[in-house]
Amino acid sequence: MAKLDLMLFEEEYKLLQEIIGRLEKDASAKVVFLVDKNGQQIAAAGDVKSIDATSLASLTAGNVAATDGLAKLIGEKEFSLLFHEGEKDNLHISIVGKRGILVVIFDQNSSLALVRLRVKKASKELQEIFDQVEQRAQKEADSGSRFESPFSEITDEDIDRLFGD
Amino acid sequence: MTFINYASREINCKIVYYGPGLCGKTTNIQWIYEQANPEKRGKLVSLATETDRTLFFDFLPLDMGTVKGFKVRFHLYTVPGQVFYDASRKLILRGCDGIIFVADSQRARMEANIESIANLATNLKENGFDIRSIPYVLQLNKRDMPSAATIPEMERLLRFRNEPMIEAVANKGGGVIETLKAAARQVLMELQRA
Repeated sequence: MAKLDLMLFEEEYKLLQEIIGRLEKDASAKVVFLVDKNGQQIAAAGDVKSIDATSLASLTAGNVAATDGLAKLIGEKEFSLLFHEGEKDNLHISIVGKRGILVVIFDQNSSLALVRLRVKKASKELQEIFDQVEQRAQKEADSGSRFESPFSEITDEDIDRLFGD
Repeated sequence: MTFINYASREINCKIVYYGPGLCGKTTNIQWIYEQANPEKRGKLVSLATETDRTLFFDFLPLDMGTVKGFKVRFHLYTVPGQVFYDASRKLILRGCDGIIFVADSQRARMEANIESIANLATNLKENGFDIRSIPYVLQLNKRDMPSAATIPEMERLLRFRNEPMIEAVANKGGGVIETLKAAARQVLMELQRA
């Protein structure tokens, strides 16, 4: 496999969820999403039901990837922050470490300055957890004693069943 | 790069439809969207031009059911096929788990098919993947066209690793699900080896 898979366990997930839950309150945001750079949603907090989270994750990742491409074109490593201002709602997108994207949606109940301030603190904490996840994966890969995949005994019948055969 | 969430017991896999312009990548996922149980499919997101050419990507999330107690979700993406959108194509391959190459059966498009496979190999490599080992399916689309090349001819020109090769007429749905299934099989089997 080209890259290590992203595997999240209960405790790490809880920590991530806790951090973005706190961020949502501290920043007076409407919704906060944590998304993987490949377009998968990792965690969410706030009024999540009001938004199509899967599409949001995929489009955010596409947006970040395209902006990344733009950055490289002009000789920058990346643009670590994107801000989209709407009539009512605003979108604050920032990069967390190598693989995370933090999306904060907020309205007039908050301000860009407050969001920026709170995001900065939360990013640092999220980064630490991502580092732990990566270190664990690396350690398992190195020692060869990888955690037993639940898919190690997947069969053709399992796959047929997914397609309703 | 598969994302396995042990907390919510979910596994997400990304499958990318690749191929030359107008070969039917978007048609494939539109068909899947129309056929899928509305409860199991997400929204089909298309970033297209005014003339319905793919500009950045199409995206369709699909809930497949459960395997070994894990909810399996596929994220289907298409790339823009037109040659000058290469930078966008490269971005979409990021973190993919499997590729479906949609080849256009029309004789006049054979060169475009070959070029697109070469382009896929380059772009995969830049994303850290090897076209010879990543889960991969070859779909021969537009089999109903009068100017379609023969199967052996296409096989000789386009098949390079004994990958599953599936005939399709995507606008009528022929071969579409079989193609996805062949890709899903490889992607999930890959997890077994992980």
